[in-house]
Amino acid sequence: MSTLSVSIHNRNLDWRLPSRGRVGMHCLIAAEAAIFTIFVVAYLFYIGKSATGPQPKDVLHPPIFYTVCLLASSLTMHAAVRKLVAGSMAAFAGLWLLTIVLGGAFLYGTAREWIHLIFDDGLTISTNLFGTTYYSLVGLHAFHVTMGLLALIIVALFYFAARLRREHAERLEILSMYWHFVDAVWIVVFTVVYVVGV
Amino acid sequence: MSTNTIALSELPASRPFTLRLHEWVTTVDHKRLGMLYILFALAFLIVGGIEATIMRVQLIRPHNDLVSPEVFNRMFTMHGTTMIFFVAMPLVFGFANYLVPLMIGARDMAFPRLNAFSFWITALGGLFLYFSFLGGNGLYGAGSAPDVGWFAYAPLTAKTFSVGHSTDYWTLSLLVSGIGSVGTAINIIATILCMRCPGMTLGKMPLLAWLNLTMAGLVILAVSPLTAAQLMLLIDRYLGGHFFDTQAGGSAVIWMHFFWIFGHPEVYVLVIPAFAFASEIIPVFSRKAIFGYPVMVLATVSIGFISMSVWAHHMFTVGMTSGANTFFVLSTMAIAVPTGIKIFNWLATMWGGKIRFATPMLFCIAFLFQFLVAGLTGVTLAVAPFDWQLGNSYYVVAHFHYVIVGGILFTSFAAFYYWFPKVTGKMYNEGLGKLHFWLFFIGFHLTFDFMHVPGLLGMPRRIYTYEPGRGWDIWNLIATVGVFFQAAGVLVFVGNLLWSYFRGTAAGNDPWDAWTLEWSTSSPPPEYNYAVIPVVRSRRPLWDLKHPEDPDWRYE
Amino acid sequence: MSPTTIFSPASTPAQSILGLSIFALLTVAAIFIIVFALLAYALVRFRNKNSDDRSEPAQIYGSSQVELAWTVIPVLIVIALSLATARVIASVQDAPRPPGALEVIVTGHQYWWEYRYPKLNIVTANELHVPLSDPAHPYPTFLTLLSADTDHSFWVPRLAGKTDLIPNHPNSMWIDPHETGLFLGQCAQYCGTQHAKMLLRVYVQPREDFDRWVREQQQLPQGSTEAAATSAGRRVFESTACVNCHTVSGTPARSNFGPDLTHLMSRDTIAAGAVPNTPEMLRLWIKNPRAIKPGSKMPAMGLSDQDLDALTAYLETLR
Repeated sequence: MSTLSVSIHNRNLDWRLPSRGRVGMHCLIAAEAAIFTIFVVAYLFYIGKSATGPQPKDVLHPPIFYTVCLLASSLTMHAAVRKLVAGSMAAFAGLWLLTIVLGGAFLYGTAREWIHLIFDDGLTISTNLFGTTYYSLVGLHAFHVTMGLLALIIVALFYFAARLRREHAERLEILSMYWHFVDAVWIVVFTVVYVVGV
Repeated sequence: MSTNTIALSELPASRPFTLRLHEWVTTVDHKRLGMLYILFALAFLIVGGIEATIMRVQLIRPHNDLVSPEVFNRMFTMHGTTMIFFVAMPLVFGFANYLVPLMIGARDMAFPRLNAFSFWITALGGLFLYFSFLGGNGLYGAGSAPDVGWFAYAPLTAKTFSVGHSTDYWTLSLLVSGIGSVGTAINIIATILCMRCPGMTLGKMPLLAWLNLTMAGLVILAVSPLTAAQLMLLIDRYLGGHFFDTQAGGSAVIWMHFFWIFGHPEVYVLVIPAFAFASEIIPVFSRKAIFGYPVMVLATVSIGFISMSVWAHHMFTVGMTSGANTFFVLSTMAIAVPTGIKIFNWLATMWGGKIRFATPMLFCIAFLFQFLVAGLTGVTLAVAPFDWQLGNSYYVVAHFHYVIVGGILFTSFAAFYYWFPKVTGKMYNEGLGKLHFWLFFIGFHLTFDFMHVPGLLGMPRRIYTYEPGRGWDIWNLIATVGVFFQAAGVLVFVGNLLWSYFRGTAAGNDPWDAWTLEWSTSSPPPEYNYAVIPVVRSRRPLWDLKHPEDPDWRYE
Repeated sequence: MSPTTIFSPASTPAQSILGLSIFALLTVAAIFIIVFALLAYALVRFRNKNSDDRSEPAQIYGSSQVELAWTVIPVLIVIALSLATARVIASVQDAPRPPGALEVIVTGHQYWWEYRYPKLNIVTANELHVPLSDPAHPYPTFLTLLSADTDHSFWVPRLAGKTDLIPNHPNSMWIDPHETGLFLGQCAQYCGTQHAKMLLRVYVQPREDFDRWVREQQQLPQGSTEAAATSAGRRVFESTACVNCHTVSGTPARSNFGPDLTHLMSRDTIAAGAVPNTPEMLRLWIKNPRAIKPGSKMPAMGLSDQDLDALTAYLETLR
């Protein structure tokens, strides 16, 4: 039997399906959310169970400033992509770089906090259950921020190499979904670690 | 890229081997990656089968000494880990890769390079796991291949009790291949949601597409908890963490929860594609449309959802409260309902049909009987007090092999035979196919039917030897005998594949007179699948073409 | 009859479980027979009789009534099974502990069982003695389950379902055996190399015999008395590493890494049921444990034959 032609009718179908990039990013976010959920569950489960060593209320101070930086970076990123859609390349670049700076500030804040906890409070990942769950959860999040920041820097490099165009806005919107997810995770982590767990 | 514009079978055979090898290694074509996954799975099926044979021969009589307890414990760990992660998952992904784009009228998967990456990282994971036989000795000279069981319960996996690096090979190889699994799942979902041909609404796509979509969703939600748990285990073993460190107040039970939150949906990840094969093959060989397509979709999606809520039925003996135990009894019983419904739908598809007993159908029919039994023994195990007796015994081992071998492997064989002509352009040898079926069927039933009995008589699992005088001896002997029939069947199967690939008669586009899109293109398909993207109007576009007086779209 | 069959319960938990299990098995058997018959019938009745016949049968796409029926019926079956199950879960798991019940603390080790009777001041290993429980005057035994290392599971099928021993997660179970005799089982959660030989032996004794056993266990054995203090075997025992792992009451040996040996000779087996407790086996166990239970934590003591003989003779006095 020769190849059948399966176009059995020629109705003009209005055939629109979602964009692959968006669907793919939603799936990635779902998978990452599942990983974070397990670490959050472990954190919640072990609250109050550390028999020895520093306790959360003794050593944790909510990083309000750096949290604001991170959440603000979502706003600046959203604005940056809108500028790119409108074609304002310079405005886009300024906002994009600001996003990177804010994300970098958050990581700097985390590093400062950890240095203080390790050297001044004596809390490490092996000290007690609090140490194990705290560094794992916050560290996993910081890792995701770092990966996002790397992606943002790569985009910036493309911009400075004059390779970034208005048509890339859709891809940057998809990337921004990841960044917003990382921020949303921080809201959960912040609440669990600095509010519920203290 | 420029050489890949004509079908594989049309290329002149005189191209150098290195060039052909390079094409395979660098391919991003979903069909080739699908074949790579499947060949990889077949190779590890043989390896896992050898591990099983070693165990069964060791257990052929009490106090046997074919292998030491250390070796036996590595065998059951490697057998389970291999079969689940490096046979069943790659089979599932391989078939999904090959078939989904073809069946939805697309030219490739949504992310071809991610596809290639996912395959190769899965392969890396498998090789890494087996490297443990050589490299597992680590600093302490202790251990080689992992021996902690495929679910690696804490605290046996702590540094104190698992010295050396064998456990780390388990953890890292699965972590790495888990990345590949999630990558493929993302690809499947994006492909199905974004690349269906015009006219193919979600309600008109083949059931195989629906079931693979559900499977991929489960992978995304279920593999991630395993990844998280493995990261925690690594933190415990290498950074001094205490997630599962019972000496420091950590919990062994929380590992069980995390593992089974992965582990239970995982078995649905494996069985749902098996349902997909049955749902495509049974209608064609009964000459009727699948009975109750909408309910089949609804049942599958329900199974997917409910499967995320049943995990602790693996933990009935762990000491959860009676309330928790009862909840998991209810959820497990609940999932039996949509699963049973599917069996009825397949039965109703055959009812009133004109059944043809070609090899693919033989395997599907056996699947129906066997999956029925497997589901029913599962229902008995859902009765928690019954599980207090039979959990962790050979009754459970018999049950899950009934699902995985009797259900998943049988339908996978059916899928092999059914789509072999499409993939290779050649027809397999029907006589050898039937011989494979009967040998494997006899062997499967000898081993796994009688394996239920020692469980009922008190034999726990994961023991390298057992005491005489408990009434277990004869059943173990029979179970071991069955292994050799299964091995013979698999040898016939491999022989058939090879022989038919080189010497089989030309199959043509549509040897089965089937109804889904892949049968409309050549066998094997050209690299671009379809010269013109098809436009469809019903669930069985080729039925509509072959029966213009009575097309499906009038009734759907 | 298999000594470990689930079909011959000798204690209330095992009996409750069996009753429920029979109900479940009969239910699924009935479902199996019906569906099997329908499948077999379909295969015969609807097979393609004439291979030249290329006509297609009537295409039926579904039927709401049929599909509703075969949804409702399984749901009803599932509800019935679930209710029956919930009742037995409650009756076994939530059974209150009567004040006069015997208490035993079971600690799982790699690869042996430690038994402590806290109210009776008894510590023993591997062979559990419990009293007969007359249904008219129940005398159940409540076991608290702990672990010193990895996960284990206590499974004596004729007495009860299994319950796991998990470190940092105490569990409890109970038995009330209605028959005297020896009940067998073994560890049912993979715990390491010698999981297979972590066997269980439960001796159910009539009240007087059990009380006599208790009294014997509460006394010091002959080997602990002053007269034996200078025996060659005891000197070997106390001067080598034995005392680091084992306890013998009345001597300096005090540790529970290995089984308590105070009344070693009152046991029928050694190495958690792996071999009978005979002088030859005992000697072999001390000389080369790998010959009996490879992977056990008992080290080969590397003693001379003379020391080995003396040591075995000393252990034989620990009745």
